[in-house]
Amino acid sequence: MIDVTDLTKRYGDRLAVDALSFRVEPGRVTGFLGPNGAGKSTTMRMIVGLDAPTAGTARVDGRAYRDHRAPLREVGVLLEAHAIHPGRSARDHLRALAATHAIPHARVEQVIDLVGLRQVAGKRAGAFSLGMGQRLGIAAALLGDPGTVILDEPVNGLDPEGVLWVRTLLRGLAAEGRTIFLSSHLMSEMALTADHLIVVGRGRLIADLPVEELTRRAASDRVLVRTPDATTLRERLAGPGVAVASGARDELEVSGLTSAQIGTVARDHGLTLHELTPQRATLEEAFMELTRDAVEYEAVAA
Amino acid sequence: MSALRQTPASASAVSFPRVLRSEWIKLRSLRSTTLTLAAGLAAMVGMAVMVGLIRNHQWATMSDLQRQSVSVSYDVHVGGRFLGQLLLGVAGVLVVTGEYATGMIRATLAAVPRRLPVLTAKLTLLTLVLGATTLAASFAAWFLGSAVMSAHWHASLSDPGVLRAVVGQAVVLTATALLGASLGFLLRNTAAAIATLFGIVLVLPIVGELWTAVAPYLPSNALESVALARPDPDALAPGAGLLLFAAFTAVVLAGGIWSLLRKDA
Repeated sequence: MIDVTDLTKRYGDRLAVDALSFRVEPGRVTGFLGPNGAGKSTTMRMIVGLDAPTAGTARVDGRAYRDHRAPLREVGVLLEAHAIHPGRSARDHLRALAATHAIPHARVEQVIDLVGLRQVAGKRAGAFSLGMGQRLGIAAALLGDPGTVILDEPVNGLDPEGVLWVRTLLRGLAAEGRTIFLSSHLMSEMALTADHLIVVGRGRLIADLPVEELTRRAASDRVLVRTPDATTLRERLAGPGVAVASGARDELEVSGLTSAQIGTVARDHGLTLHELTPQRATLEEAFMELTRDAVEYEAVAA
Repeated sequence: MSALRQTPASASAVSFPRVLRSEWIKLRSLRSTTLTLAAGLAAMVGMAVMVGLIRNHQWATMSDLQRQSVSVSYDVHVGGRFLGQLLLGVAGVLVVTGEYATGMIRATLAAVPRRLPVLTAKLTLLTLVLGATTLAASFAAWFLGSAVMSAHWHASLSDPGVLRAVVGQAVVLTATALLGASLGFLLRNTAAAIATLFGIVLVLPIVGELWTAVAPYLPSNALESVALARPDPDALAPGAGLLLFAAFTAVVLAGGIWSLLRKDA
């Protein structure tokens, strides 16, 4: 479990993280979502003690990261910028980290297999592709078999197969009761991987909600109808709480009725329908809506 | 999924010997560091032999005065010291800045969030590894250099000051590497740390030649006093010189500790 309370990070006169408070619960995948520059990486670095907060606290299982006596056994972390010396082999990199906690070689070999780097474990990490480097970073994060796993943009640079692998892996780890906290700027990826979302923008908390709820918010009650009998149908649908807007010549946009109700009305009056489509905002649109005011760098339409 | 499940986390607590072992794995698993170290050691021995061979070759054409000056000089064998000092100093810098340059430092400090054990382990390891290897190289340089020059020149380890100078040479090299590592922690940047180290080792002595009053107190000159078999009347006594250099390094190191503990990684 991760507890962040009033966490603040100031660089000069810029607030990168602004009094952020949230809790990441065990047993589910929590997505940390926000546009680039929203303060996600800074927050994660503060949780694992690499950056010192200007104010506030971050605790993992009730303790500041640096107060854990065997931190790699409690928390595994993958940071966005690769924390790997390119001149060292994957195996030596993992062995060096393992040595600080007397984690046995057998475990090093186990995580090498887990992330599928067996063939290249003896090669210099500098020769790795972005995706292989990402796998090595995940291996390092899992080295201590930690109860909490923090991953910054883990699917960056992975091929589709790798993305699916990470998704399955994280869901499995969460199912084992671990706390999984991963960041992304891609709503579409989060929708598939996460159970819960913490959304930030400009260093502030925007939303802390289950993915399902965002999905629900994204759904609207508008239904698009295409019919050659637009004028007649429009009259027949009219009623309290129903609004009908006309689009193109044969199009109606109806709110206040479900597509089933509209279909029934049309049949009852012998009207032909060419199309009957419930309108849904995509999750991506819902996310954009949520973060609209919080986008740090936005192209301005000329 | 785990071979670790059975081991309680408390059995994995980070400790100094464990961090030291981690640093040892890091040191020997990087070709750049091991090659720089090997080159530094090879330079010490190689230059001693080469200087001996050149002196032998020139012997026939030397004046009596020159011959006399060579025969009383014990510094033949330390011809490789400056090159060795630069290479091993660079190795000391790289052990630290290599981590900052690549981002490895974040993995290191996430594993050892108290941070200070990383610094003490790196310095301890450099002291042990370089202390042992430079001492061996220094004796090798002495014996090989003496053997090459044996036709013209007779000297013994038991001559006054010689043993101290041979051991002192190892001290100079190891201390330079420690200064390099301290600069690395302070500056976190390979180019800046190497430039500063070379400034101290190469450029400051030139300043000393122009301004002789301060010369003995410049860090590199002070340190060099422990490696001189015949004390230079203008230099500090070996013990005082070493102390002065240690104090200088301690100041840099204090800055390095501040940087490590207080600044974001």
